Amino acid sequence: MKRITFAALTAVLLLMLAACGGQAAAPDPAAIQEAVDATVAAMPAPEAPAAEAPAAQAGESRLDTILARGNLICGVNGGLAGFSNLEPDGSYSGFDADFCRAVAVALFNDPEAVEFVPLSTQERFTAVQAGTVDVLFRNTTWTLSRDSSVFMDFGPTTFYDGQAIMTTVDLDIAELEGLDAATICVQSGTTTELNLTDQFRARGINFEPLVFEDIDATYTAYNEGSCDAVTSDRSQLVARRTTLADPDAHVILDTVLSKEPLGPAVAQNDSRWSDVVEWTVYATIQAEELGINSANIQEFLESENPEVRRLLGAEGDLGVGVGLDNAFAVNIISSVGNYGEIYNRNLGPDTPFNLERGQNALWTEGGLMYAPPFR
Amino acid sequence: MSQQVATVSHQAPPFWRDLRFLSIAGQVLFVLIVALIAGTLYANVTSGMASLGMNAGYGFMGLAAGFEISQTPIPYNPIDSYWRAFQVGVINTILVSLVGIALATILGIVVGVAQLSTNWLVARLARTYVAIFRNIPLLLQLFFWYFGVFQQLPVVRESIALPGAIYLSSRGLAFPWLEPRLIQQPAGEPTSNVMLWLTVVLASIVVAGAAWYVLKVRQDRTGAQSPRFLIAALIIAASGVLGLMVLQPFVLTVPEFQRFNFQGGQRISIEYAALLLGLTTYTGAFIAEHVRAGIQGIPKGQNEAARAVGLKGGQMMRLVILPQALRIIIPPTTNEYLNLTKNSSLAIAIAYPDLFNVSRTILNQTGQAVSVIGLIMVSYLTISLVTSLLMNLYNRRVRLVER
Repeated sequence: MKRITFAALTAVLLLMLAACGGQAAAPDPAAIQEAVDATVAAMPAPEAPAAEAPAAQAGESRLDTILARGNLICGVNGGLAGFSNLEPDGSYSGFDADFCRAVAVALFNDPEAVEFVPLSTQERFTAVQAGTVDVLFRNTTWTLSRDSSVFMDFGPTTFYDGQAIMTTVDLDIAELEGLDAATICVQSGTTTELNLTDQFRARGINFEPLVFEDIDATYTAYNEGSCDAVTSDRSQLVARRTTLADPDAHVILDTVLSKEPLGPAVAQNDSRWSDVVEWTVYATIQAEELGINSANIQEFLESENPEVRRLLGAEGDLGVGVGLDNAFAVNIISSVGNYGEIYNRNLGPDTPFNLERGQNALWTEGGLMYAPPFR
Repeated sequence: MSQQVATVSHQAPPFWRDLRFLSIAGQVLFVLIVALIAGTLYANVTSGMASLGMNAGYGFMGLAAGFEISQTPIPYNPIDSYWRAFQVGVINTILVSLVGIALATILGIVVGVAQLSTNWLVARLARTYVAIFRNIPLLLQLFFWYFGVFQQLPVVRESIALPGAIYLSSRGLAFPWLEPRLIQQPAGEPTSNVMLWLTVVLASIVVAGAAWYVLKVRQDRTGAQSPRFLIAALIIAASGVLGLMVLQPFVLTVPEFQRFNFQGGQRISIEYAALLLGLTTYTGAFIAEHVRAGIQGIPKGQNEAARAVGLKGGQMMRLVILPQALRIIIPPTTNEYLNLTKNSSLAIAIAYPDLFNVSRTILNQTGQAVSVIGLIMVSYLTISLVTSLLMNLYNRRVRLVER
């Protein structure tokens, strides 16, 4: 015990001597004060390079951190059936969750190598800024301010959505004007909150917002009649309507309040990492366009079509170019599936949501899903 | 090192056993560790922000907020700045804290005294209340009040109508309220008599204060007792009511159900009510314990002496016990006031737009985490420091004067 104390004290003394620049520090208060001042003043400078920066320093990418760590940390909603929902067995299901798995497969060829972090609307951007999560697949709308002053970089839109309003059938409301002076439930920190205000202002009508941080609280309040209507992305309203006490008593108005392109977001200024996320999404879209899915991929591996061969890594070094394996697209398609498979599994006709592909169909079928060439 | 040892005289113990040296070295070590941690955190934040190309500052607060707030005690429009939205939040926090402090104090005193009641039932009830509300987390209690009680009220279309045009529903309590009566002027803006009426009330308060003082001086000199509180209150009430009748500064507006909500009158939202009730009952339980401790801390002899000089029950409490008990009660109760104010930030869970709730929205819309969190911290710190300053001044007044 005494030895340890002595060692510790010696270390302190050495530190003090070093700080004083060789000047012998007698236990004299003034000298000690000086030593402390000098140490404090010198502190930030030598510490700065050693500090663990949450995001990448110049030259190094989050990609290296993730590869070294061996798994992907993916920020999701966690409370939105169809997109990312915590299941009773502790796993996450949904459209966004599957895209997290697709990125994990691209990186590690293992759909299990992903850690899901449920985030509230309020927490999500700070979590990406601080590096708590690597990527956000959290039904997040791509906007200019988020791309710039909120310091995000957005990947390709995975789901084209629009804001809508759900209200009860017995109120008999056909359009937005019918909601003058109504109380409307909304989640805080969303584009929804801003669009709602804009649309009502543009129409010169009033409303009273009831702003919740928690998604469940928002719909509980609506269900209990604390608000006359609830607003969010149409897909979310469709998903949430199925969980209400009596789904048939609620109607989603046809009015589209805004464009809501939902997609992945990563921290700004890290193009090596954002490339991986982008091309993972594009690979699923390109696969659907070429008709490749998890069932028939084996046949396509022998294809002579150069476009197919490049996507599947049989030709060229496209995968290595984005810092991945050349077979990354093969891995994604065989374990998670192409865009259409991911969509149908989570939101399609066989699910309770039964959402039309609509704008989310491929560009070849009149939709907006379009991948740049794999070349 | 050798220099060190050489300076120590032969009789003295070696420096590592010298108590004076050890105590100073310990403090230096502590300061070093604190500085190291602070330096690391600072460097971490700055390098993290630099790598994102982010800079801290408050320029963004002047931009248009763009979101609506449900309860705005001061005029607010979505085209106003983030600053204005922030001010709305601050005022909402103060509004719930001040009323909460007042109600919690009343509740605390009543329950605190009741705990010492000789009536078995009253004392048991008071103790049960304290045991329950003090020992359940506040957030849980807020959820209980909000989701479990207030949201279960009938929907607004089926409001419970109470006598006097008061309506209770899951939207809140709507009740009649006074609004300034506008008098159309032949030229210019319509005016109202509200300021005139307020002047009358203010003047009557001054007169009542003077009367109270004169009577007090008389009692001190001659011992002649008079109901001076009652007299002062009557003066204020009489001139206030008379002013209302003559000047008619207000008109009564009655809540009427429109398509969605009650229009006219005044409304207390269930978010405000749940937060206020939760904070009041929770903090009231703690204050009750301080009051009980304060009263029990007064020696029994004081009681007996007061009775011996012929004071009645109420006088005994007011003139002898309470002034002494206050010295024990005030310091820990100040703590409870501060806690109540800080706990009001749980409003975010039940959609009351307080300082924290509004600031979080600002944070999310702007992405300026460090700046906004800093602003929130400074705001709560300011509110808390002002509260404790006022309470310390009051504490100094009731403190035992030592000569």
